[in-house]
Amino acid sequence: MGFECQIVLLWKNLMTLSSEHINEASLRRLNRQERYKLFGLTLPYLVLVTALIIIPIGWLFYMSFIGRDGTLSLENYTRMIDSKAYMRIFITTFKISILTTLICAMLGYPLTYFMSQLPKKWAGLCMIGVLIPFWTSLLVRTYAWLVLLQKKGIVNTILVDLELISAPIKFVHNTSGTLIGMAHIMLPFLILPLYANMRTIDKDCIRAAASLGATPSRAFWTVFFPLSIPGLLAGLLIVFVLCLGFYVTPAILGGGRVIMVAMKISSNIELYFSWGAASALGVVLLLFTLLILFLASKLVSMDQISGRN
Amino acid sequence: MTLNALNISIKDITKKYDDFHALKDINLEVTSGEFLTLLGPSGSGKTTLLMVLAGFTSPDYGSVKFGDEEVVLKPPHLRDIGMVFQNYALFPHMNVEQNIGYPQKLRGVSTQLLKDTVNEALATVKLDGLGHRNVGELSGGQKQRVALARAIVFKPKILLMDEPLSALDKKLREEMQIELRHLHDSLNMTTVYVTHDQKEALTMSDRIAVINHGSLMQLGTPNEIYNSPNNAFIADFIGESSLITVSVKDNKAYLKKSEIFVNHSVEKNGDHLLVVRPEKLFISEEKEKDTNLFFGHVSESIFQGESQLLVLRLDPEVFGEQSLQMRIANGSDLKGKIPAVGDKISIGLRMSDSFIVEKSDDSQ
Repeated sequence: MGFECQIVLLWKNLMTLSSEHINEASLRRLNRQERYKLFGLTLPYLVLVTALIIIPIGWLFYMSFIGRDGTLSLENYTRMIDSKAYMRIFITTFKISILTTLICAMLGYPLTYFMSQLPKKWAGLCMIGVLIPFWTSLLVRTYAWLVLLQKKGIVNTILVDLELISAPIKFVHNTSGTLIGMAHIMLPFLILPLYANMRTIDKDCIRAAASLGATPSRAFWTVFFPLSIPGLLAGLLIVFVLCLGFYVTPAILGGGRVIMVAMKISSNIELYFSWGAASALGVVLLLFTLLILFLASKLVSMDQISGRN
Repeated sequence: MTLNALNISIKDITKKYDDFHALKDINLEVTSGEFLTLLGPSGSGKTTLLMVLAGFTSPDYGSVKFGDEEVVLKPPHLRDIGMVFQNYALFPHMNVEQNIGYPQKLRGVSTQLLKDTVNEALATVKLDGLGHRNVGELSGGQKQRVALARAIVFKPKILLMDEPLSALDKKLREEMQIELRHLHDSLNMTTVYVTHDQKEALTMSDRIAVINHGSLMQLGTPNEIYNSPNNAFIADFIGESSLITVSVKDNKAYLKKSEIFVNHSVEKNGDHLLVVRPEKLFISEEKEKDTNLFFGHVSESIFQGESQLLVLRLDPEVFGEQSLQMRIANGSDLKGKIPAVGDKISIGLRMSDSFIVEKSDDSQ
């Protein structure tokens, strides 16, 4: 290497030591601008969340600590612990939610399994069957159940005509009506994440199990079912959490005999104008929901709950 | 491990999907302990045939026998075959050990035997000590080894493999080809292997069954398939070749006016294809005995590492519009004398390396 070359090399080394690399500053600025743009896109949503969720919830917390006389007090919470009526409402809420979730699992899992095994075209048709009721108004569907299940409704008429029962069964305005209606409305919330999960299960895994000597049922229980658990848990969780705060269906199909937390909140405001008591119930319900989500996040990742896999 | 391998006999296996003939009257005997490859392009039916053997696809009619036993009506889990899938199909919720132990657990073997056989299988595929790893932590090559260990741990007499190496990179794939072949030799299982990679098939197999359009085109050793393909599709599909149209008249083959000497007798008149393997051509100054001589000029010269690929445009007045590919090994005596683009050269093809095949719809 010639002497001149060495000088040039030395010069270049000096340049890189003293200044930045080529385009370094501009590229950094570009990256920064990109980040600002992305932040700008989320801004409207952030404003909305703050205005419509964070501030109202803060206000809710505050109101739950205001007693009847307008001063700060814990009476709204102590009443909840002391009063047997409140305890009953919480027990009812959990009982209905757990039962609805179980019914959804028992109806939804086999159906979703069936759909996941169909060719995509047929599965799509089935999915439309699941989604059309899902897109239909909740109120319409709830009243439809009321019509179907009442004493002189279609279901009872058919059962009596077939002489399966001697007198009409009381399906509505009680727990069973509430469960039937809620399970129907909640079912898609179980099916959707479960289906997304089941579609990702490699069919070759099931084939591999068979080639290794597993009977179809053994292959299902040792391979397919364990692999579908994340989707199942996600679905169960969504259904359960939605049930906890459900209002319309239990209010209509329960006929006032099934009182869940959401209904008590409503009656606290509409009948007793007790915003404090209603707020405290709301806070407790919110805390329960958060607790359940927290426990569930230990079991499944949140990605799966939001339907991704 | 000592095992009694089983022979497989396939008779008249046919499978139609609507109007599409996936398999047409396949007849094939796989002798016990043999490594047989089903080779064909995608959509040829080779995987369908493997799935028929495994029991995942039922044929419209035909018979599959493992040894003397008819299995075509048996469900997959009763066939007692080891199978390796293209994308490994490992159980993601089980670790390596549990994956490999799965077939043993199904067979209800004792805890001690389970442990021993799993360790033996792990050692066979050179994964000792990785038993507790999660499947997700493994590289592609390791996953393939686990899949293999799982397929052989219960000592099946037949091993089926569906393009097991296609997801691996080239270098690893070539290593695994040799390793799989050694494994086959030491385990003494009858192996049916599916691939679309002709080089892989040539490397690994005792015999190759070339399949296209649902039919068995040719069955033979790698040498037979490469050096005497029985039709134009196989000549084109296996290895590199230039296919030159020649006409046959009075038991002789002609390229335009000049006679081409071939290593077999020709009977049928009409257009045929001369199959020229690029590595069989050599630079030749003058006509030797029992050699076909071509001349023209070099239109392309490509350096490819171990060899130089030349494309020769033959003299159109003598041979018509034809080009030939020729491969010269680098590092041979020719080094430094490799013809450049535009050079006029003459090349020879020995009669013993010359053969013609009938034209078919699949080639050209």
